[in-house]
Amino acid sequence: MSKTLSRIWTALVLLFLYAPILIMIFFSFNAGKSLSVFSGFSLDWYRQLFTRSEVMEALKNTLILAVLSSIIATLIGTAAAVGISKMRNRYVKNAVLSVSEVPMMNPDIVTGISLALLFTFVMTMLGLKSVFGFWTVLIAHVTFNLPYVILSVLPKIRQMDKHLPEAALDLGCTPLQSFFKVELPAILPGIFSGLVMAFTLSLDDFVISYFNTEDFQTLPIVIYGMTKRTVTPDMYALSTLIFGTVLLLLILSNLLSARNENKRLRLTPGGKKKKKEVGR
Amino acid sequence: MRAGSLRRSVAAAPHLVWSVLFIIAPFLFILYYSFTDKDGSFSFSNIADLFTWDYLSIFLRSISFAVIATFICLLIAYPLAYALSRMKAHTQGVLIMLIMLPMWMNLLIRTYCWMNLLETNGLINTLLGTDITFLGTGGAVVLGMVYNFLPYMVLPICTVISKIDKSLLDAADDLGCSPVRTVVKVVLPLSLSGVISGITMVFVPSISTFYISQKMGGGSFDLIGDTIERQFMANTNYNMGAALSLILMIIVLISMAVMNRFGNEEGEIIA
Repeated sequence: MSKTLSRIWTALVLLFLYAPILIMIFFSFNAGKSLSVFSGFSLDWYRQLFTRSEVMEALKNTLILAVLSSIIATLIGTAAAVGISKMRNRYVKNAVLSVSEVPMMNPDIVTGISLALLFTFVMTMLGLKSVFGFWTVLIAHVTFNLPYVILSVLPKIRQMDKHLPEAALDLGCTPLQSFFKVELPAILPGIFSGLVMAFTLSLDDFVISYFNTEDFQTLPIVIYGMTKRTVTPDMYALSTLIFGTVLLLLILSNLLSARNENKRLRLTPGGKKKKKEVGR
Repeated sequence: MRAGSLRRSVAAAPHLVWSVLFIIAPFLFILYYSFTDKDGSFSFSNIADLFTWDYLSIFLRSISFAVIATFICLLIAYPLAYALSRMKAHTQGVLIMLIMLPMWMNLLIRTYCWMNLLETNGLINTLLGTDITFLGTGGAVVLGMVYNFLPYMVLPICTVISKIDKSLLDAADDLGCSPVRTVVKVVLPLSLSGVISGITMVFVPSISTFYISQKMGGGSFDLIGDTIERQFMANTNYNMGAALSLILMIIVLISMAVMNRFGNEEGEIIA
């Protein structure tokens, strides 16, 4: 494929991906109510958005849920990865791993429905009127976040030098000390990327939350409700704000990792040279 | 050492408990509800109903829409991934981030944007000066799937192509392959694993979606996901919903098994 051709193709795909988003951003500043006729610039829809209490409430709910579910999933998942890596029986290990991956492989709707059935059953058993709400959504989010945490921590454990914890034990560390002083720092990048992934997945989830809640509203559920009626540009304003936040976070994280990379290169003697060799 | 490692695997205990409670038990409930009627007594009627034309047509439609969407994604993504893999590392990184970025926007928003563009009095018709009905067609549903899941196809293919040893391409070139033949004979077979994971990553969400078909199809193109959603949210026929989920799970498992098999066989031929 020639260079121009591949550039044109890339540009076309990017246009396809971004056209709807750019148009959405454009019309969020529309003075009028229409989403296809622009009648002047205004920030009214943004102002109106902040007065909608259900949106603000949902934003708060979504953030609380994402923070809690990602932290719980990271704690359970990291411990699980450590435990799984220590399992000796290959069959047990594979069985545990396969079961862990189920929420990742299953379509979201199946995960959502299966949990909803469980909660419904518990509800009827206990004779409660409703169990659906914050707790059921939290359990559901932790469940679908867990495999992502485990799968990002496990490779780091495998990469770690097995002799390091042994050395720590020989030098008089208790197993717990050796874990916190030697192993944890080595697998920390994996834990962190698992945490971030769990957090973003939780922010974004609609399907699984939708089947496991009644009154507890997250942002995607509120958006779903908005698109059921005639949509006014304030939903576009909300989406634009979400897009802006994501863009900002991505740029920040990229800048940060670039800075770390630079620092690392400066700290390791001949680091730059080494990197070039690898690149070649 | 042995006792130590046993003690260490205890760290997995909370996860094991969690898995039993919230992965295995829910799955058993899907089975239980699939094979019982409303009163809780054992029955095959849900499963039998699935084989009536009402449901079979929905399965066929879901599968064909998902297959078409996956195929279109592959057609768009493969040349793109190939083009990306030949760019400078920095440009490639920036472009991949740009392709990923829309994925961080909720699927509901992305789908709604398209819906708005395609409306009879929407922007596309306004610009063209026409009043074509896009929404409520099968094409619109497929477009929604392609738009939403395209990045899932680009990423795995791009990763695999970037890892291909460049000297293999030079060798093919030296031995007289035309550029097209090099792609077909060298790049394509070596990137098959990426293609296969791309296909599964697009096929699974496509076949299980309900929002895209609801919005883009205007309710006239029910897919498995729509039917499940309706059984749960409107009809509250949990038994039928569970049976449909079971079928969806089986379809996904079969397609994954087929793709893995295909991947392995090809892998052996190359080796």
